[in-house]
Amino acid sequence: MQADREQLLDQLLLGYEVEQFYGREAELLDSRQFDAWLDLLADDIRYWMPLATNQEAGNWDREHSREGQDLNWFDEGKFELEQRVKQIQTGLHWAEEPVSRTTHMFSNLQVEPRDDGHIEAATRFLVYRNRTNVETDFYVGKRRDHLRRDQGGALKISRREILLDQHVLLAKNLTTFF
Amino acid sequence: MRIESPRRYTGDLVNLGQGLISRDIFTAPDIYDDELERVFARSWLFVGHESQVPNNEDYILSRTGEESVIFNRDRNGKLHVFLNNCRHRGMRVCRYDKGNSRKFMCPFHAWTYSDQGELIAVPKLDTGYHNELDRSKWGLIEARVYSYRGYVFACWDAETPDFETYLGDLRFYFDDYCELPDGSYGEWEAFGGILKWQMPCNWKFGAENFAGDFYHNPSHASVDQVILSPAGTKGRHTYDGVTKQRDAWKLNIAVTPQGHTSRGQLFKDDYDYMPTYREMAVVENYFRDCYAKRQAKLGEKARWFGHGGTIFPNVSYSNGVQSMGTWHPSGPHQTETWRIFLAPKAAPDEVKAVLRHYVIRYQGPAGLTEQDDMENWGSSHQGARGTIARRHDFHYGMGQGHEQEGWPADWLGGEVHATEDVSEQNQRAYFTRWAADMDRPPTADRIHPPTNAAEAAE
Repeated sequence: MQADREQLLDQLLLGYEVEQFYGREAELLDSRQFDAWLDLLADDIRYWMPLATNQEAGNWDREHSREGQDLNWFDEGKFELEQRVKQIQTGLHWAEEPVSRTTHMFSNLQVEPRDDGHIEAATRFLVYRNRTNVETDFYVGKRRDHLRRDQGGALKISRREILLDQHVLLAKNLTTFF
Repeated sequence: MRIESPRRYTGDLVNLGQGLISRDIFTAPDIYDDELERVFARSWLFVGHESQVPNNEDYILSRTGEESVIFNRDRNGKLHVFLNNCRHRGMRVCRYDKGNSRKFMCPFHAWTYSDQGELIAVPKLDTGYHNELDRSKWGLIEARVYSYRGYVFACWDAETPDFETYLGDLRFYFDDYCELPDGSYGEWEAFGGILKWQMPCNWKFGAENFAGDFYHNPSHASVDQVILSPAGTKGRHTYDGVTKQRDAWKLNIAVTPQGHTSRGQLFKDDYDYMPTYREMAVVENYFRDCYAKRQAKLGEKARWFGHGGTIFPNVSYSNGVQSMGTWHPSGPHQTETWRIFLAPKAAPDEVKAVLRHYVIRYQGPAGLTEQDDMENWGSSHQGARGTIARRHDFHYGMGQGHEQEGWPADWLGGEVHATEDVSEQNQRAYFTRWAADMDRPPTADRIHPPTNAAEAAE
């Protein structure tokens, strides 16, 4: 009984830590501290958002485009994400100049520590984006992360899988981070 | 209601004698309605690449104009394009983006069609229809189909000339696009998936931009300051490092009267391969080897370095990223863009991986380059809508009167014009063709007695 309770407390503490981590991450993105956001990413991060298609019953496993061989909305690492940040920071990236107002929300957090030391963290996300006058987009979906601790014990995102619940992208672009 | 009515296009709304085009052609709902009938229902429209339906009975959904179509390869290997529309009440008979099937059943009343378009099953044919329905007259509505080197086009008008006539002198440039990097014709393979996204602008903004707008380079100032090219150097093109160090003419190629266009560079000499992928030996060796083969095969014509262009009315081809981007009309103020990317089927996996990563970072809604294009088009569209703004035409006169024919190389000849560097020649050719189509009233009406379009065409 006591052991169960300790395990549950460990889980609770981990969940709280991850929730606080995601809260900080959202704060950095929404306050446009993109360089600080990049620091939350492991150097070998894989940042991946597949396409979603309409598939018949029995083929639901084919709903999303395949990693490593098909087209995706995003399939990149830290270097590529750094280039996106730099592009916004030029002040000449007209799709983000003037810059978007964003609010990143997450919920339904589930954390699962794995034996090799990484933590699997699943959430739902809702990203609201508004820019210029009336341009408004909602991006809603699922996020599945792998987190791991660096040498100082800080959490870093080593893998992010983003499942956007749209077949035809309803926004004209994907200039925000998820 | 504005004073000019009925509409006249050539010489009026498209007044290229003075280098002017009315903003209304991008925004007026009645003009848009006419386009669906007078442009889209008459033209050869790109529907997909053969590698998207590699096996018999494979299908994908595609579009012609606003309408959903099934692009499939039937049980005997023949390609078809059917309107995805039940003959009984119009429901979509195929609701999956991709699959493999011998039949398409409408979920409404279960009319069922074969992969060859025949109506093969009608529930209660005996008790309900008393066997008085002639199923042979009620197959899926089928378009004319033509596969040009694997790129598949469809047309709904029996009067439209065959595809190769329609393509006209774009053939040299589209052939260049269809060639593998080694200058031979062989198999391209589309990566799985189609980028599909909505843009808040008229469909013609993308089409005319890709037709040839070297002038819009300032839009891409930001991407040129970061590293996008897989060569690992600043700039957005793989070839930036190459072309900047060579003497070349930068050319806009307009094919008249068809209205197709091309952009590219013509090198002034035969140059050696320049190392581009230093960090990736397999990729470097592949492209070095291809380059040498292309030089040997094409000789002087290997000096042509195509960038892309637009095939009238709504598909833009891009060399380098090897994409086909289709600007599907979705109302006067909305476009649904679909884009596929291809790689040489026989290329090493390393080459395909580099291309795949590069192309989705270049084009599409997550593409560092196209993001800024869409900002332009959306804002231009808004700028075409204002009551006061609409009184003032857009300027399309750049370089008018300075076009040259059969220059700088006579083998670029035919009805092909070339202008060095920036010019709106290509847009003028595109809209001249568009206006000519728009001035021609439609002939098609309700079809009686009901037949399949394919039968009517025979």
